[in-house]
Amino acid sequence: MATTPDPTAPAASAAKPGRYLTFTLGAESYGFPVLSVREIIRLCPITPVPRMPAYIRGVINLRGKVIPILDFRAKFQITAGDYGDRACIIVVQVGDTPTTQTLMGAIVDAVEEVVNLNAADLEAAPDFGGAPDTRYILGMATIKGGVKTLLDPQKIFLEEGTLALPPAVEPQS
Amino acid sequence: MDPSRPNPDAPEMASEIVGKMGFELAFVEEGRDSGLLPLNSLLMDLEEFTVPVAPPELVQAIGTARGWLERILDGTGIFGVEDIRNLNAWHAWMTEALGAWTKGTALPACPPEWVPSNAPAAAIPPAPKPAAPTPPVTSAPSAPTAPTAPPSAPSPKVAPAAAVPSGDEPAIRLNLKDDADLLREFHGESQELLQNIEQGVLVLEERPTDTNTINSIFRAFHTFKGGAGFLHLDALRDLAHNLESLLDAVRRSELKIDKGIIDLILAGADTLKQYTAEIGLQIQGTNAGAPIVVPTRQLTLRLKAALRGEAMPSPAAVATPTPAAPATAPATAAPTPIPTPVAPATPATTAAPAAAPRPTEGTTPTVRKETAAAAAAEGASGFVKLDTRKLDALVDLVGELVIAQSMVVQHPEIQKLSDSGLSRSLRTLGRITSELQRNAMSLRMVPIRGTFQKMTRLVRDLATQQQKQLHLVLDGEETELDRNLVEELADPLIHMIRNSADHGIEMPEEREAAGKPRLGTIRLSAAHQRGGIVIRIEDDGRGLNRERILAKARERGLIAPDAVLEDPEIFALIFAPGFSTAEKVTDLSGRGVGMDVVQRNIDKLHGKIEIQSTQGKGTSFAILLPLTLAIIDSLIVGVGDERFIIPSLAVRESIRPEPGTVKTIHEKGEVVTVRGRLTPILRLGRHLGIPTRSNDPSEGIVVVVESGDDARGLLVDELIGKQEVVIKNLGQTFRNQNLLAGAAILGDGRVGLILDVDTLVKCRPQGATSRAQNP
Repeated sequence: MATTPDPTAPAASAAKPGRYLTFTLGAESYGFPVLSVREIIRLCPITPVPRMPAYIRGVINLRGKVIPILDFRAKFQITAGDYGDRACIIVVQVGDTPTTQTLMGAIVDAVEEVVNLNAADLEAAPDFGGAPDTRYILGMATIKGGVKTLLDPQKIFLEEGTLALPPAVEPQS
Repeated sequence: MDPSRPNPDAPEMASEIVGKMGFELAFVEEGRDSGLLPLNSLLMDLEEFTVPVAPPELVQAIGTARGWLERILDGTGIFGVEDIRNLNAWHAWMTEALGAWTKGTALPACPPEWVPSNAPAAAIPPAPKPAAPTPPVTSAPSAPTAPTAPPSAPSPKVAPAAAVPSGDEPAIRLNLKDDADLLREFHGESQELLQNIEQGVLVLEERPTDTNTINSIFRAFHTFKGGAGFLHLDALRDLAHNLESLLDAVRRSELKIDKGIIDLILAGADTLKQYTAEIGLQIQGTNAGAPIVVPTRQLTLRLKAALRGEAMPSPAAVATPTPAAPATAPATAAPTPIPTPVAPATPATTAAPAAAPRPTEGTTPTVRKETAAAAAAEGASGFVKLDTRKLDALVDLVGELVIAQSMVVQHPEIQKLSDSGLSRSLRTLGRITSELQRNAMSLRMVPIRGTFQKMTRLVRDLATQQQKQLHLVLDGEETELDRNLVEELADPLIHMIRNSADHGIEMPEEREAAGKPRLGTIRLSAAHQRGGIVIRIEDDGRGLNRERILAKARERGLIAPDAVLEDPEIFALIFAPGFSTAEKVTDLSGRGVGMDVVQRNIDKLHGKIEIQSTQGKGTSFAILLPLTLAIIDSLIVGVGDERFIIPSLAVRESIRPEPGTVKTIHEKGEVVTVRGRLTPILRLGRHLGIPTRSNDPSEGIVVVVESGDDARGLLVDELIGKQEVVIKNLGQTFRNQNLLAGAAILGDGRVGLILDVDTLVKCRPQGATSRAQNP
């Protein structure tokens, strides 16, 4: 999509001014570029996929398509707990060519709003000294006194979403 | 999708998007924001696909809608009454306008309040001229660099090929940067046209005066010319033009079809094919941008000579690497047609009228590329080409509809109602949905005709190259099977036909000596059988030589020197990798590759090959295939709270083990005796990390599954049922695991996971690792 940042660009300029969909996870607030968001659906029964990392919650049936669902709380190691009434699934389109384009979903606690961010609102992701993983952070935004972490769907879904072979399933020698 | 390139399917895609927008609009409510994001995202798609190529009215209207959405997004973020009214009016107008655009008629006027004052409506140029039917032309030729330019704006993309000095072969250059999409379209279309030409020629050999066929070949060259001209591929265009003139002369009875003319057409088609192949390579990035030179001058001279009714220069002078024409008789434009079929006589069943699609119960598939031209030749226009993704989306949606319908019907509140009118309506709804589902599924099914007809050309070429007399008889071409299967079948069939022509059919003299007709026959047939489809390749050649196969297999170490084998086992050896009995390596087969590839391909399609052969009489190969790859019969099992799908094909049986029959063998895990055979058990719950209802095997069910020669009992909690399921891909997120073969939507709308039986049979039980430490 047009505003998807070039993955090779330095992290400092990764977030571009534009509209972002913000959502909450625990006490934190995050954002996705609106361009990659396809739809928001209510939490629905998820079929768990065995032997997958905890942040792969499973798959759902989205009008006949089988799409994987990521659990962002597990992903960001936010204290686990039940998702409340406002929890929903943000469906995101990732991949930039027609053959690799695919839909994926993420469970979040609540969707907030669509905000328009100017260049002045944006900052690069701070260097946490290596502890928190900043690979899929586009940048930070300060709006209305709050700080929102802007995420790169391409990275968080595609790179992290591609799973290695579970080690235990190996052919008998 | 690269937004910088106009898409040739723009009108269709735009209609699709606007359709989706209408769906979203239906859910928009005053004072709410629901639907805003989907609408925004769809409008972006619309801008991407249409703005570079659409007529100005459409661009204007899209801009207007963009303005509204921007205002909503920047402002309150919720829809007002006014917005909804505007958007609905916009959607109605848009639907109408897109319809007009697709048909090429004048667009309805844009409502005046949408037009900003600085762009008076009068300044908008008139609607573009009706779009021509050929795809490259449909995509309006505006340069991508000027996205809002009206489509009539001429924008030369390729510098016309420089004037070619005489004596030099003209070269063409592709403008891959700007024309990539158009070239791709042209390439795809050309392949289809070339195939039609070849098939047409085969018909002409039989019936040189068949007007329909002559017309269809003429039209194919004409379309080719149009596409090439549009892309400024001058050399290609000129050649196609000359070929078209030749056919035109034939059409107007100024020339009579004879062997010379047929050879010319084939040579022309082959040259065009070389161009097409080069273009295909360049699209994929090989030698991109290099000039393409294919020798055409000789051919052009011959064409011109033929048009003047003169004797043609020797075809041998034409340097085409693939000699399309068989050794030609004195190539003079003989006044009388000589329909001597040196090459295989095409059976009457492949003649154009018969090749025309059979209109079956109104559900005839619409994706039959191969027969499209045949239909056109008859003047029928009952077919549309369709993006297969749209087809799959339709099938998906219909599946959802069926689920939604059964949810409504089985809803407890609905069941409580005893209104006879309502239950009648629900029954009607149910009937329509299942009918719709059957129809949607049948859209995937295509006749095998296209693949079969490719073989006629193959056999013709084989006959020429080997100086054998071959005749291919086709039967059951109308047999329908899944589109994916049809595509995957072409390769193995080519190998097997080559094998039959090369090893099966003898040289004419040899045949005569054996008391057989000089003309060897290969019969290719398809039929529905045993709930699947069976494709037979039969030849009346020399048959398989048991002793030679055995000797070869021993020599290659494929079997033990003292092995005693039955006929089927011996014949099956020819599919072993590296096996070949051909004494000399030919161009076609005999390198020991081919037949094992066939076996692998057929395995991949879940098929089987059976061989029957009588020495001196001939060989018959039967390929047994399932009807479709997309739907499988399956067993649904329960493990804890989860359900899993096991393909029925892999299930041998399922038993409830008697208490005490499950034994633990030291360090080897558990086994159960099923029909006297010790079968290792895999506790599925433990293996998948799902808590099961009981730890006692005798309270569960053992499903015995097979993979190759191995079997394993999967211990599950319960059998839920048998069901036909549509296999869905799990996508790239799960591509690195081999535990699951896919997923399917179950009756309640939830996703069920399909287990990969091969992995389960071969893997080491995870739960047993504590007991079986040593592998």
